[in-house]
Amino acid sequence: MAEKIRPKLKTPPLLVLPALGWFLWFLLVPLLIVVTYSFCTKGTYGGVVFKFSVENYYRSVNWVYLQVLANSLKLATLTAFCCLCIGYPMAYIMATASVRVRSLLLILVILPFWTNFVIRAYAIKVLFGDYGPLNHLLMRWGLTHDPIPFGNSDASIWFGMVTNYLPFMVLPLYVALEKFDFSLLEAAKDLGASSWRVLWTVLLPLTRPGIVTGFIFVFTPALGEFVIPDLLGGARTLLIGSLITEQFLKTRDWPFGAALSILVILIVMVCLGIYLRIEAKEERNAE
Amino acid sequence: MLELRGLNKSYGAVCAVKDVHLTIREGEFFSLLGPSGCGKTTLLRMLGGFETPSAGEIYLGGNRVDQLPANQRQFNMVFQRYALFPHLSVWENIAFGLKMKKVPASELKTRVEEALALVQMEAFAARDIATLSGGQQQRIALARALINRPKILLLDEPLSALDLKLRQQMQVELLALQRRLKHTFIFVTHDQEEALTLSDRIAVMNGGVVEQVGTPQEIYEYPRTLFVARFIGSINSIDAEVRETRADVITLTGLARAVSGTPKRPFLIKPSRDGARPLPLVPVGTATQILVRPEKMKILKTMPGPEQNAVEGILKEVLYQGPITLLIVQLKEGDGPPILVSQQNSAVTERRGFLVGDRVFVAWFPEDCILMGRDSALPSSEVVLSSPDFPPSATSGPTPNSAPNSALNSISESKGVPGTRAGTSGMSVG
Repeated sequence: MAEKIRPKLKTPPLLVLPALGWFLWFLLVPLLIVVTYSFCTKGTYGGVVFKFSVENYYRSVNWVYLQVLANSLKLATLTAFCCLCIGYPMAYIMATASVRVRSLLLILVILPFWTNFVIRAYAIKVLFGDYGPLNHLLMRWGLTHDPIPFGNSDASIWFGMVTNYLPFMVLPLYVALEKFDFSLLEAAKDLGASSWRVLWTVLLPLTRPGIVTGFIFVFTPALGEFVIPDLLGGARTLLIGSLITEQFLKTRDWPFGAALSILVILIVMVCLGIYLRIEAKEERNAE
Repeated sequence: MLELRGLNKSYGAVCAVKDVHLTIREGEFFSLLGPSGCGKTTLLRMLGGFETPSAGEIYLGGNRVDQLPANQRQFNMVFQRYALFPHLSVWENIAFGLKMKKVPASELKTRVEEALALVQMEAFAARDIATLSGGQQQRIALARALINRPKILLLDEPLSALDLKLRQQMQVELLALQRRLKHTFIFVTHDQEEALTLSDRIAVMNGGVVEQVGTPQEIYEYPRTLFVARFIGSINSIDAEVRETRADVITLTGLARAVSGTPKRPFLIKPSRDGARPLPLVPVGTATQILVRPEKMKILKTMPGPEQNAVEGILKEVLYQGPITLLIVQLKEGDGPPILVSQQNSAVTERRGFLVGDRVFVAWFPEDCILMGRDSALPSSEVVLSSPDFPPSATSGPTPNSAPNSALNSISESKGVPGTRAGTSGMSVG
């Protein structure tokens, strides 16, 4: 790769201060508090007793909780994967559309952000409800006699998750595809590649940074998601996000909740670390 | 042999390529030349399979190919910006086509090495595409296309991104490569000099229509339309009216007042010395223009004899350009565009001593000029088009819509001889 030109300009340290201050105060400090809490003990009536213990971590490495975590990982992976499958063609169409259509599509993708996501989740709940529009239509067309219980199922959780996180996948993919030189696809075709091979040998490898970014953008928040599963799944499947929320809001076992949070953060960091290692290795191989 | 029959491409109401008939021979270096937006790239992309023709057919050796997808045609393309795969090395880029065809590894290796040797890039096999210069990328793009042994190599302005020195060097290499491999090359360019230098034959395009097909020499010396005359090189035009026509000479009266003598000295037009350009059939009284290339004219201090045509004017500018000197003459009394005369700067430098502001005469021989209608689309220019083997019945009828294609067909079949390289010095004027 060509050497990237970096400005030799010495950034005035003053300009970095706001970002640094924000980062320290709103991210690092709370994180440290969580870490501290995770090593404390629960008070008798809730609250935190500053007495060192690893009991919380010991408790969290429990078969039941690991299963909850596995459920969450499964849902997050599935959500990210589905978002990728739906989002990639969307981003491709956007990137290849004319400038006017492109901006229209871009607005449509961003549009859901204009409403609160709890409201969006409720809208989906209504849509899939026993007497919602979908069942209404199915019954009118005579496809079913009784309403089909779409709601409070894994399917409706999945649908809600994908709907909610799709823009986070589409936007980085769009950025990657917008910069893509589409004559490369013609070149590959010209050299005898079938459409399928053009996809696998040229398009996907060259837009991989966008795919990875989109995957991280969806996977990470989806792993800790608790509102959508609660609203749409009727709390039937326990997910790690809901479990942590419960520790803080219902059980009032803050140290245990903190320990679970740290565990999730560690898992995400390990996943990212492994990925970045592979990426760096490939970069070195390419040189 | 590649045959294009009535090829059309329209985007909605916009017609990019109109009814193109062409026959391209095997092993020919064929150029599609025209200004940007003339449809040459669209035509090439239809050959490559990246655009579907709105109408018409393409035949390769008698088999229809226009319905095949791009990956099933035995054509390969060198793209304008090369379109090399940035995530693959030089070696992998060149091997791409063979890998798609599942060529066995041992054969693949020898053929990639051959292709690298062909473009003298053996030392760069392991390099990353982004580390290559423009000229090197150009070579890799050529190798990547040629390794597939295409029946026809399509080149979409492949040299336009290179600077002048490198472009000239690549032109020579490209030509040597084509001569050696004897592949058919179809080369799209907007650079008339490049087309003249490289091509066996050229199709000049304008507004989606092929205006003329011929060898570089035919295109330059005997343009058939006003557009071709003006687009290739530079040309002077003098308005004149036909006064008398005879078998071997047409006499015209200049409309400008620049012509010396009383009564006005007439202009004469004779068939070209090699007979390749016969006299047109024009009725007396037709408004025409006389077209003369700058290098066919010379500047004199006195009025030449009656065997030459001449106009009088004031020398406005003397532009020394190294191999040639350009002289700009404003016709007397300022009417009409200035006349451009180019003089070879020969080994024995003649100090002719022409000074800006001098009264001069511009002279040329009656055999060296082209007669055309006042507007490019006039049927009279079609009359000028008539070649000896062309039935006069078709030429006399003023049918500008039907005549050009049949005329072009007859030209491409009867005339152009591949391999005759133009002896014209690609002038860099205008």
